[in-house]
Amino acid sequence: MSDLKNSTADIAKPNLFIDTLKRFFDSDIFYSFCHSPVTIIASLLTLLIFVSALGAPFIAPQNPFDMGSLDLMDSHIPPVWAEDGDSRFLLGTEDQGRDLFSTILYGSRISLLVGFSSVSFALILGVSLGLISGYLGGAIDAVIMRIAEVQISFPAILIALLVDGVLRTLIPEADVEQLAITVLIFSIGISGWVQYARTVRSSTMVEKNKEYVLAARVIGIRPVFIMLRHILPNVMGPVLVIGTIHLAVAIVTEATLSFLGVGVPVTQPSLGTLIRIGNDFLFSGEWWITIFPAITLAVLVLSVNLLGDWLRDALNPKLR
Amino acid sequence: MPAFIIRRLLQSMIVMFFVAMVAFLMFNYVGDPVHQMVGIDTSFEDREALRESLGLNDPVPVQFFRFIGNAAKFEFGISYQHKRSVTGLFKERLPATLELSFVAALLSLVIGLPMGVYAGLKPDGWLSKVFLSFSLIGVSLPTFLIGILLIFIFAVTLGWLPSYGRGEVMHIGWWSTGLPTISGLKALIMPSITLGLFQLTLIMRLVRSEMLEVLRTDYIKFARARGLSNRAIYFGHALKNTLVPVITITGLQIGSIIAFAIITETVFQWPGMGLLFLQAIHNVDIPIMAAYLMLVAFFFVVINLTVDILYYVVDPRLRLDLGKANGS
Repeated sequence: MSDLKNSTADIAKPNLFIDTLKRFFDSDIFYSFCHSPVTIIASLLTLLIFVSALGAPFIAPQNPFDMGSLDLMDSHIPPVWAEDGDSRFLLGTEDQGRDLFSTILYGSRISLLVGFSSVSFALILGVSLGLISGYLGGAIDAVIMRIAEVQISFPAILIALLVDGVLRTLIPEADVEQLAITVLIFSIGISGWVQYARTVRSSTMVEKNKEYVLAARVIGIRPVFIMLRHILPNVMGPVLVIGTIHLAVAIVTEATLSFLGVGVPVTQPSLGTLIRIGNDFLFSGEWWITIFPAITLAVLVLSVNLLGDWLRDALNPKLR
Repeated sequence: MPAFIIRRLLQSMIVMFFVAMVAFLMFNYVGDPVHQMVGIDTSFEDREALRESLGLNDPVPVQFFRFIGNAAKFEFGISYQHKRSVTGLFKERLPATLELSFVAALLSLVIGLPMGVYAGLKPDGWLSKVFLSFSLIGVSLPTFLIGILLIFIFAVTLGWLPSYGRGEVMHIGWWSTGLPTISGLKALIMPSITLGLFQLTLIMRLVRSEMLEVLRTDYIKFARARGLSNRAIYFGHALKNTLVPVITITGLQIGSIIAFAIITETVFQWPGMGLLFLQAIHNVDIPIMAAYLMLVAFFFVVINLTVDILYYVVDPRLRLDLGKANGS
């Protein structure tokens, strides 16, 4: 705000900001958002889960990762409204005496962390390879696209599982717990780069023959800068749509791998790990350990999916 | 045409070569194979003798080609964990996975196709909307969650269906099947629904959008103008033309069904290859992991190759394009 007083040149800035905001509210995307109740609900739910996951340390009544605060006497307590419920534990507790509500909050935090990290990893890898492939062409393009072709014929979740499984056997046993999340992010990321690369490559091939790129080349800008400064901003639109849909896929993949026991370790359970823990107690009637994390996961994935679908349709001028 | 097939064949062989290399590197360099096979009280001399007899002292390229030779015969040595030949273990587990995958694929086709046709013919009907919301759930919910949900409802709460295993199986030669027995069939219901649900929704959505598209074409209008009955138009003209993509997608999906079988088999403790592989990961049982890697890669390569060739046979336009590309 201090800029406002300083110089006349800067006065334009807040106006520009307001203009952008105005343009946003006038835009087709905002219009389509307001006229799709499903999307509004989905984004509210997503926001709710995001905020409560980020604010877990402030919201959660207990820190489930702090082993000192756990009491085994508190384990297997049903939710508050059940007969043996305990008012301290809203949704009951799991087998180690962790408060389920807190553990779900912290768990969705880990699920989101792994989801976002692996999407960013796949996005950066895929976009760079796509740019290089599309801009340079030739042998590099051929090699990258052959690899992509081979990879896309295998389902992503299988690749993630295989990479994760193989890497885990390579790590010394003592470090597995520490490195588990990194390995997981790497495996999910590496299984998802192809879509970004293919999309970016095809739009780069269109962009690189346009006049602005030719002009940039004529004045002698280095290829790296042309790719990053000039082409990249023009090919990012579809990448964002892929990224949103990929986020849902990444969260599901993380949950699945954790459920299979090759993902996040039990000491820092994600939603998938929690469901896995609860699955062992399903038959003794302790349904809450599985069902509550399962509902959270389902709502999260469904909302993100709906948002992604809407974004794809809203940004696609053909459908209007 | 032959050039196209040879190129695809070469590509498949390169894929298999790389997968074999990964499997070989794992086999040789993750832990010490000799150490895994012998007991603690085996003497140093005995270990060296075993090492020599396994050929682990040969140069690496020699070992690699021997590995490929053995892999071609599907021999991957002895499982560390089961102390049995990997070939035997897979032979035992293969029927379970194939049976489950086959029933799941069949289920998804038999249910998904009519649902898709209906949703395509009556896009505004309430039932179509129910189908569509249902398909959204099928696409969004993770496979393992659907499995757990089914177990919770039908095994734990209602107690109608068994929650794990294959039930009674009959042995025909080395093949085992649960299809002829009632308990085998009952055990098959939930796993096959879990495994097939994703494919079902996929097929339904595909058929629906293809139907919507085909119904807008001129030849359908022409068929109406000729005064054909709705039935003849929908099933004789429209449906037939939607089937090409459906068949190819279903073909390609066989691969992912086998992949997703790992998850379903874990949820239902179904004694198939996927469960074997997952247990092998937990126990660092490298021979099984290597064998599974090679087997799955092989399945995928064969399926993709077949689908590609089928495309070529079914769609004459593709032949023309390729001919042009080669000619110019």
